[in-house]
Amino acid sequence: MSSTATLKTEFIKGIWKENPVMASLLGLCPTLAVTNAANNGLAMGLATTFVLLSSSLMISALRNFIPHQVRIAGYIVIIATFVTVADRFLAAYFPVISASLGPYIPLIVVNCLILGRQEAFSSRNGIGRSLLDSLGMGIGFIIVLVVLGIIREILGSGSIFGIAILGDWFTPWMVMILPPGAFLTLGILIALANWYNDPSRSKEGRAVS
Amino acid sequence: MSKMSLSTRMILVLTLITVLSGGILAGWDTITKPRIAFHRQEALKAAIGDVLPAHDTYTSEETEFGTIYIATRDSSEHLVGVAFMAVGSGFQGELRIMVGLSPDMTQLTGIKVLEQIETPGLGTKIVVDPSNKQDPYWFPAQFKGVKISPEIVVIKNAKPTHNNEVQGITGATISSKAVTTILNDQIAHIKTVWPSKGGPES
Repeated sequence: MSSTATLKTEFIKGIWKENPVMASLLGLCPTLAVTNAANNGLAMGLATTFVLLSSSLMISALRNFIPHQVRIAGYIVIIATFVTVADRFLAAYFPVISASLGPYIPLIVVNCLILGRQEAFSSRNGIGRSLLDSLGMGIGFIIVLVVLGIIREILGSGSIFGIAILGDWFTPWMVMILPPGAFLTLGILIALANWYNDPSRSKEGRAVS
Repeated sequence: MSKMSLSTRMILVLTLITVLSGGILAGWDTITKPRIAFHRQEALKAAIGDVLPAHDTYTSEETEFGTIYIATRDSSEHLVGVAFMAVGSGFQGELRIMVGLSPDMTQLTGIKVLEQIETPGLGTKIVVDPSNKQDPYWFPAQFKGVKISPEIVVIKNAKPTHNNEVQGITGATISSKAVTTILNDQIAHIKTVWPSKGGPES
Protein backbone atom coordinates (compact mmCIF):
# COMPACT_ATOMS: atom_id res chain seq x y z
CA MET A 1 0.00 0.00 0.00
CA SER A 2 2.77 2.39 0.88
CA SER A 3 4.38 1.86 -2.52
CA THR A 4 1.23 2.94 -4.36
CA ALA A 5 1.15 6.06 -2.22
CA THR A 6 4.70 6.93 -3.22
CA LEU A 7 3.93 6.20 -6.88
CA LYS A 8 1.14 8.73 -6.61
CA THR A 9 3.51 11.25 -5.02
CA GLU A 10 6.01 10.75 -7.84
CA PHE A 11 3.28 11.73 -10.26
CA ILE A 12 1.65 14.54 -8.26
CA LYS A 13 4.81 16.38 -7.19
CA GLY A 14 5.55 17.78 -10.65
CA ILE A 15 2.14 19.40 -10.93
CA TRP A 16 2.37 21.72 -7.95
CA LYS A 17 4.93 21.11 -5.18
CA GLU A 18 7.92 20.62 -7.49
CA ASN A 19 6.43 22.23 -10.58
CA PRO A 20 9.35 22.65 -13.01
CA VAL A 21 8.56 26.30 -13.77
CA MET A 22 6.88 27.59 -10.60
CA ALA A 23 9.04 25.85 -8.01
CA SER A 24 12.32 25.01 -9.76
CA LEU A 25 12.35 27.81 -12.38
CA LEU A 26 13.50 25.31 -15.02
CA GLY A 27 12.77 25.60 -18.73
CA LEU A 28 12.18 29.36 -18.59
CA CYS A 29 13.35 30.05 -22.14
CA PRO A 30 10.40 28.36 -23.91
CA THR A 31 8.10 29.40 -21.05
CA LEU A 32 8.79 33.07 -21.68
CA ALA A 33 9.26 32.92 -25.44
CA VAL A 34 6.29 31.02 -26.86
CA THR A 35 3.46 31.82 -24.45
CA ASN A 36 2.17 34.85 -26.38
CA ALA A 37 -0.87 32.73 -27.29
CA ALA A 38 -2.55 29.80 -25.56
CA ASN A 39 -2.21 27.56 -28.64
CA ASN A 40 1.53 28.04 -28.78
CA GLY A 41 1.90 27.31 -25.07
CA LEU A 42 -0.13 24.12 -25.41
CA ALA A 43 1.85 22.91 -28.45
CA MET A 44 5.18 23.62 -26.77
CA GLY A 45 3.99 21.90 -23.57
CA LEU A 46 2.88 18.79 -25.46
CA ALA A 47 6.08 18.59 -27.51
CA THR A 48 8.21 18.97 -24.38
CA THR A 49 6.18 16.32 -22.54
CA PHE A 50 6.60 13.92 -25.45
CA VAL A 51 10.38 14.41 -25.41
CA LEU A 52 10.46 14.13 -21.61
CA LEU A 53 8.47 10.88 -21.58
CA SER A 54 10.34 9.15 -24.39
CA SER A 55 13.80 10.11 -23.17
CA SER A 56 12.88 9.06 -19.62
CA LEU A 57 11.77 5.69 -20.96
CA MET A 58 15.05 5.18 -22.84
CA ILE A 59 17.32 6.51 -20.12
CA SER A 60 15.74 4.62 -17.24
CA ALA A 61 15.86 1.44 -19.36
CA LEU A 62 19.53 2.00 -20.18
CA ARG A 63 20.52 3.40 -16.77
CA ASN A 64 22.72 0.44 -15.76
CA PHE A 65 24.24 0.20 -19.19
CA ILE A 66 25.46 3.76 -19.84
CA PRO A 67 28.83 4.37 -18.13
CA HIS A 68 28.70 7.20 -15.61
CA GLN A 69 31.51 9.14 -17.34
CA VAL A 70 29.68 9.52 -20.65
CA ARG A 71 26.13 9.73 -19.35
CA ILE A 72 25.54 13.39 -20.30
CA ALA A 73 26.71 12.79 -23.88
CA GLY A 74 24.45 9.75 -24.09
CA TYR A 75 21.44 11.59 -22.63
CA ILE A 76 21.85 14.53 -24.98
CA VAL A 77 21.96 12.26 -28.05
CA ILE A 78 18.81 10.47 -26.87
CA ILE A 79 17.02 13.74 -26.09
CA ALA A 80 18.09 15.32 -29.41
CA THR A 81 16.78 12.28 -31.29
CA PHE A 82 13.31 12.64 -29.80
CA VAL A 83 13.32 16.42 -30.27
CA THR A 84 14.06 15.93 -33.97
CA VAL A 85 11.28 13.36 -34.18
CA ALA A 86 8.85 15.86 -32.60
CA ASP A 87 10.08 18.71 -34.82
CA ARG A 88 9.63 16.71 -38.06
CA PHE A 89 6.26 15.43 -36.85
CA LEU A 90 4.95 18.98 -36.33
CA ALA A 91 6.40 20.15 -39.66
CA ALA A 92 4.74 17.25 -41.48
CA TYR A 93 1.33 17.19 -39.81
CA PHE A 94 0.86 20.61 -38.14
CA PRO A 95 2.69 23.06 -40.44
CA VAL A 96 0.93 26.12 -38.97
CA ILE A 97 1.99 25.35 -35.38
CA SER A 98 5.45 24.40 -36.60
CA ALA A 99 5.80 27.77 -38.32
CA SER A 100 4.58 29.76 -35.33
CA LEU A 101 6.92 28.00 -32.87
CA GLY A 102 9.83 28.34 -35.29
CA PRO A 103 13.22 27.59 -33.74
CA TYR A 104 11.79 26.91 -30.27
CA ILE A 105 10.96 23.28 -31.05
CA PRO A 106 14.59 22.31 -31.90
CA LEU A 107 15.63 24.30 -28.81
CA ILE A 108 13.82 21.78 -26.56
CA VAL A 109 17.16 19.92 -26.68
CA VAL A 110 18.67 22.49 -24.34
CA ASN A 111 15.62 22.78 -22.08
CA CYS A 112 17.23 22.11 -18.70
CA LEU A 113 13.94 20.68 -17.41
CA ILE A 114 14.50 17.60 -19.58
CA LEU A 115 18.18 16.97 -18.85
CA GLY A 116 17.47 17.84 -15.20
CA ARG A 117 14.81 15.12 -14.84
CA GLN A 118 17.04 12.53 -16.54
CA GLU A 119 19.97 13.34 -14.27
CA ALA A 120 17.95 13.67 -11.05
CA PHE A 121 15.38 10.94 -11.58
CA SER A 122 15.34 8.65 -14.61
CA SER A 123 19.00 7.66 -14.28
CA ARG A 124 18.30 6.43 -10.72
CA ASN A 125 14.82 4.92 -10.93
CA GLY A 126 12.97 2.19 -12.79
CA ILE A 127 10.98 2.69 -15.97
CA GLY A 128 7.56 2.91 -14.29
CA ARG A 129 8.57 5.51 -11.73
CA SER A 130 10.50 7.53 -14.30
CA LEU A 131 7.52 7.65 -16.63
CA LEU A 132 5.23 8.77 -13.79
CA ASP A 133 7.73 11.43 -12.76
CA SER A 134 8.03 12.68 -16.35
CA LEU A 135 4.29 12.66 -16.90
CA GLY A 136 3.73 14.73 -13.74
CA MET A 137 6.48 17.19 -14.66
CA GLY A 138 5.17 17.39 -18.23
CA ILE A 139 1.62 18.09 -17.10
CA GLY A 140 2.91 20.70 -14.65
CA PHE A 141 4.84 22.33 -17.51
CA ILE A 142 1.82 22.25 -19.84
CA ILE A 143 -0.44 23.82 -17.20
CA VAL A 144 1.94 26.72 -16.57
CA LEU A 145 2.48 27.35 -20.30
CA VAL A 146 -1.23 27.26 -21.09
CA VAL A 147 -2.14 29.51 -18.13
CA LEU A 148 0.56 32.01 -19.14
CA GLY A 149 -0.60 31.78 -22.76
CA ILE A 150 -4.25 32.36 -21.82
CA ILE A 151 -3.49 35.38 -19.62
CA ARG A 152 -1.16 36.96 -22.20
CA GLU A 153 -3.48 36.22 -25.12
CA ILE A 154 -6.55 37.72 -23.41
CA LEU A 155 -4.74 40.90 -22.41
CA GLY A 156 -2.52 41.16 -25.47
CA SER A 157 -4.88 40.11 -28.27
CA GLY A 158 -8.33 39.95 -26.66
CA SER A 159 -8.77 36.30 -27.61
CA ILE A 160 -8.46 32.76 -26.21
CA PHE A 161 -7.06 29.92 -28.32
CA GLY A 162 -7.41 32.25 -31.31
CA ILE A 163 -11.13 32.96 -30.72
CA ALA A 164 -11.90 36.62 -30.07
CA ILE A 165 -13.72 36.98 -26.75
CA LEU A 166 -13.37 40.67 -26.02
CA GLY A 167 -15.31 43.08 -28.18
CA ASP A 168 -14.23 46.09 -30.19
CA TRP A 169 -14.11 48.27 -27.07
CA PHE A 170 -11.00 46.44 -25.92
CA THR A 171 -7.61 47.92 -26.78
CA PRO A 172 -5.03 45.11 -26.66
CA TRP A 173 -2.12 45.65 -24.28
CA MET A 174 0.70 45.34 -26.76
CA VAL A 175 3.22 44.77 -23.97
CA MET A 176 1.57 41.47 -22.98
CA ILE A 177 2.53 39.71 -26.22
CA LEU A 178 6.02 41.21 -26.14
CA PRO A 179 8.81 39.71 -23.97
CA PRO A 180 8.19 42.10 -21.01
CA GLY A 181 4.63 40.74 -20.77
CA ALA A 182 6.04 37.24 -20.29
CA PHE A 183 8.30 38.36 -17.44
CA LEU A 184 5.53 40.38 -15.76
CA THR A 185 2.96 37.56 -15.94
CA LEU A 186 5.37 34.85 -14.83
CA GLY A 187 6.67 37.04 -11.99
CA ILE A 188 3.16 37.71 -10.69
CA LEU A 189 2.20 34.01 -10.96
CA ILE A 190 5.31 32.89 -9.06
CA ALA A 191 4.74 35.56 -6.41
CA LEU A 192 1.15 34.35 -5.94
CA ALA A 193 2.28 30.71 -5.72
CA ASN A 194 4.96 31.57 -3.18
CA TRP A 195 2.50 33.59 -1.14
CA TYR A 196 0.07 30.67 -1.22
CA ASN A 197 2.77 28.20 -0.16
CA ASP A 198 4.31 30.45 2.47
CA PRO A 199 4.35 28.38 5.71
CA SER A 200 4.30 31.48 7.94
CA ARG A 201 1.05 32.60 6.35
CA SER A 202 -0.77 29.34 7.11
CA LYS A 203 0.62 29.31 10.65
CA GLU A 204 -0.76 32.79 11.24
CA GLY A 205 -4.03 31.71 9.74
CA ARG A 206 -4.18 28.73 12.05
CA ALA A 207 -3.28 30.82 15.11
CA VAL A 208 -6.09 33.26 14.40
CA SER A 209 -8.70 30.60 13.78
CA MET B 1 30.43 -6.73 -19.58
CA SER B 2 32.55 -6.43 -16.45
CA LYS B 3 35.58 -7.85 -18.27
CA MET B 4 35.53 -4.99 -20.73
CA SER B 5 37.71 -2.00 -19.95
CA LEU B 6 35.91 1.21 -19.14
CA SER B 7 36.98 3.04 -22.30
CA THR B 8 35.87 0.16 -24.52
CA ARG B 9 32.53 0.24 -22.79
CA MET B 10 32.17 3.99 -23.19
CA ILE B 11 32.96 3.77 -26.90
CA LEU B 12 30.65 0.82 -27.37
CA VAL B 13 27.69 2.38 -25.56
CA LEU B 14 27.98 5.78 -27.23
CA THR B 15 28.40 4.18 -30.66
CA LEU B 16 25.34 2.05 -30.06
CA ILE B 17 23.25 5.02 -28.94
CA THR B 18 24.27 7.18 -31.90
CA VAL B 19 23.75 4.36 -34.43
CA LEU B 20 20.31 3.73 -32.97
CA SER B 21 19.52 7.44 -33.06
CA GLY B 22 20.68 7.71 -36.67
CA GLY B 23 18.53 4.75 -37.62
CA ILE B 24 15.41 6.14 -35.98
CA LEU B 25 15.89 9.56 -37.55
CA ALA B 26 16.60 8.16 -41.02
CA GLY B 27 13.41 6.09 -40.83
CA TRP B 28 11.35 8.99 -39.49
CA ASP B 29 12.73 11.30 -42.17
CA THR B 30 11.58 9.03 -44.99
CA ILE B 31 8.09 8.98 -43.47
CA THR B 32 7.75 12.74 -42.93
CA LYS B 33 9.77 14.11 -45.86
CA PRO B 34 7.09 13.81 -48.57
CA ARG B 35 4.51 15.54 -46.36
CA ILE B 36 6.88 18.37 -45.43
CA ALA B 37 7.78 18.87 -49.11
CA PHE B 38 4.08 18.83 -49.96
CA HIS B 39 3.32 21.57 -47.39
CA ARG B 40 6.21 23.69 -48.74
CA GLN B 41 4.88 23.31 -52.27
CA GLU B 42 1.35 24.19 -51.15
CA ALA B 43 2.60 27.26 -49.27
CA LEU B 44 4.52 28.39 -52.36
CA LYS B 45 1.52 27.85 -54.60
CA ALA B 46 -0.76 29.72 -52.20
CA ALA B 47 1.69 32.62 -51.98
CA ILE B 48 1.97 32.88 -55.78
CA GLY B 49 -1.82 32.73 -56.00
CA ASP B 50 -2.03 35.59 -53.48
CA VAL B 51 0.30 37.96 -55.28
CA LEU B 52 -0.65 37.35 -58.93
CA PRO B 53 -4.03 37.80 -60.65
CA ALA B 54 -6.05 34.68 -61.44
CA HIS B 55 -4.04 32.19 -63.51
CA ASP B 56 -4.29 28.57 -64.63
CA THR B 57 -0.74 27.50 -64.12
CA TYR B 58 2.77 28.74 -63.55
CA THR B 59 6.21 27.59 -64.59
CA SER B 60 9.36 28.19 -62.59
CA GLU B 61 12.56 29.33 -64.18
CA GLU B 62 16.02 29.61 -62.63
CA THR B 63 17.79 32.92 -63.10
CA GLU B 64 20.98 34.36 -61.63
CA PHE B 65 18.79 36.21 -59.09
CA GLY B 66 16.86 33.14 -57.96
CA THR B 67 13.78 31.37 -59.21
CA ILE B 68 11.05 33.34 -60.96
CA TYR B 69 7.54 32.01 -61.40
CA ILE B 70 5.79 32.88 -64.66
CA ALA B 71 2.01 32.61 -64.48
CA THR B 72 -0.24 32.19 -67.52
CA ARG B 73 -3.88 31.52 -68.28
CA ASP B 74 -5.97 30.42 -71.28
CA SER B 75 -3.70 27.48 -72.15
CA SER B 76 -0.40 29.30 -71.72
CA GLU B 77 -1.22 32.03 -74.22
CA HIS B 78 -2.02 34.87 -71.93
CA LEU B 79 0.79 36.03 -69.61
CA VAL B 80 -0.64 37.35 -66.34
CA GLY B 81 2.43 38.10 -64.29
CA VAL B 82 5.77 37.17 -62.83
CA ALA B 83 6.37 36.29 -59.19
CA PHE B 84 9.59 35.88 -57.28
CA MET B 85 10.81 35.57 -53.70
CA ALA B 86 12.51 38.69 -52.38
CA VAL B 87 14.75 38.19 -49.35
CA GLY B 88 16.39 40.91 -47.27
CA SER B 89 16.87 42.42 -43.82
CA GLY B 90 13.90 43.60 -41.81
CA PHE B 91 14.01 45.43 -38.48
CA GLN B 92 15.30 42.36 -36.62
CA GLY B 93 15.81 39.42 -38.92
CA GLU B 94 15.31 38.27 -42.45
CA LEU B 95 12.16 39.07 -44.40
CA ARG B 96 11.00 36.71 -47.15
CA ILE B 97 8.43 38.34 -49.40
CA MET B 98 6.63 36.84 -52.38
CA VAL B 99 6.37 39.60 -54.97
CA GLY B 100 4.01 39.69 -57.94
CA LEU B 101 4.78 41.89 -60.96
CA SER B 102 2.75 42.71 -64.02
CA PRO B 103 4.20 41.20 -67.24
CA ASP B 104 5.31 44.62 -68.49
CA MET B 105 7.23 45.20 -65.24
CA THR B 106 5.64 48.55 -64.48
CA GLN B 107 3.57 47.80 -61.39
CA LEU B 108 3.15 45.35 -58.55
CA THR B 109 0.22 42.93 -58.59
CA GLY B 110 0.62 42.10 -54.90
CA ILE B 111 3.05 41.14 -52.16
CA LYS B 112 2.92 38.64 -49.33
CA VAL B 113 5.37 38.50 -46.42
CA LEU B 114 5.98 34.80 -45.80
CA GLU B 115 8.64 34.93 -43.09
CA GLN B 116 9.51 37.68 -40.63
CA ILE B 117 10.50 38.17 -37.00
CA GLU B 118 9.50 41.83 -36.67
CA THR B 119 8.28 43.30 -33.36
CA PRO B 120 4.92 41.69 -32.50
CA GLY B 121 2.09 44.21 -32.67
CA LEU B 122 4.12 46.84 -34.55
CA GLY B 123 6.36 45.50 -37.31
CA THR B 124 4.16 42.43 -37.75
CA LYS B 125 1.56 44.74 -39.30
CA ILE B 126 3.48 44.20 -42.55
CA VAL B 127 1.67 40.83 -42.52
CA VAL B 128 -1.58 41.55 -40.69
CA ASP B 129 -2.84 44.35 -38.43
CA PRO B 130 -5.36 42.95 -35.92
CA SER B 131 -5.94 46.43 -34.45
CA ASN B 132 -7.52 47.56 -37.73
CA LYS B 133 -10.71 45.52 -37.60
CA GLN B 134 -12.18 46.76 -40.91
CA ASP B 135 -9.08 46.14 -42.96
CA PRO B 136 -6.42 44.07 -41.17
CA TYR B 137 -4.42 43.57 -44.38
CA TRP B 138 -4.27 47.26 -45.26
CA PHE B 139 -0.48 47.43 -45.39
CA PRO B 140 0.28 44.57 -47.81
CA ALA B 141 -2.91 45.33 -49.79
CA GLN B 142 -1.82 48.84 -50.78
CA PHE B 143 1.08 47.40 -52.81
CA LYS B 144 -1.38 46.07 -55.35
CA GLY B 145 -1.16 48.33 -58.39
CA VAL B 146 1.73 50.42 -57.07
CA LYS B 147 4.05 51.71 -59.83
CA ILE B 148 7.64 50.59 -59.40
CA SER B 149 9.25 53.52 -61.20
CA PRO B 150 11.22 55.47 -60.25
CA GLU B 151 10.90 53.54 -56.96
CA ILE B 152 8.34 52.63 -54.30
CA VAL B 153 8.27 55.25 -51.53
CA VAL B 154 6.94 55.07 -47.96
CA ILE B 155 4.91 58.09 -46.82
CA LYS B 156 4.77 58.79 -43.08
CA ASN B 157 1.54 59.89 -41.36
CA ALA B 158 -0.25 60.87 -44.55
CA LYS B 159 -2.30 59.36 -47.32
CA PRO B 160 -0.27 58.55 -50.46
CA THR B 161 -0.86 61.03 -53.30
CA HIS B 162 1.23 59.46 -56.07
CA ASN B 163 0.87 56.03 -57.61
CA ASN B 164 4.35 54.94 -56.47
CA GLU B 165 3.67 55.68 -52.79
CA VAL B 166 2.44 53.55 -49.89
CA GLN B 167 1.50 54.59 -46.37
CA GLY B 168 3.95 53.53 -43.64
CA ILE B 169 3.03 51.83 -40.37
CA THR B 170 2.97 54.15 -37.37
CA GLY B 171 5.55 52.91 -34.88
CA ALA B 172 7.18 50.60 -37.42
CA THR B 173 8.80 52.93 -39.92
CA ILE B 174 11.88 50.72 -40.19
CA SER B 175 9.81 47.62 -40.95
CA SER B 176 7.77 49.54 -43.54
CA LYS B 177 10.88 50.92 -45.20
CA ALA B 178 12.60 47.53 -45.07
CA VAL B 179 9.80 46.11 -47.22
CA THR B 180 10.06 48.83 -49.88
CA THR B 181 13.88 48.75 -49.86
CA ILE B 182 13.88 45.00 -50.44
CA LEU B 183 11.28 45.39 -53.19
CA ASN B 184 13.10 48.25 -54.96
CA ASP B 185 16.49 46.48 -54.84
CA GLN B 186 15.31 43.12 -56.01
CA ILE B 187 12.83 44.29 -58.63
CA ALA B 188 15.78 46.10 -60.22
CA HIS B 189 17.61 42.75 -60.39
CA ILE B 190 14.65 40.86 -61.78
CA LYS B 191 14.13 43.54 -64.44
CA THR B 192 17.60 42.82 -65.79
CA VAL B 193 16.90 39.11 -66.30
CA TRP B 194 13.27 39.15 -67.31
CA PRO B 195 13.42 40.54 -70.89
CA SER B 196 16.07 37.98 -71.81
CA LYS B 197 13.79 35.24 -70.50
CA GLY B 198 11.15 35.81 -73.15
CA GLY B 199 9.36 38.75 -71.62
CA PRO B 200 8.24 41.70 -73.67
CA GLU B 201 11.08 44.11 -74.42
CA SER B 202 10.19 47.42 -72.91
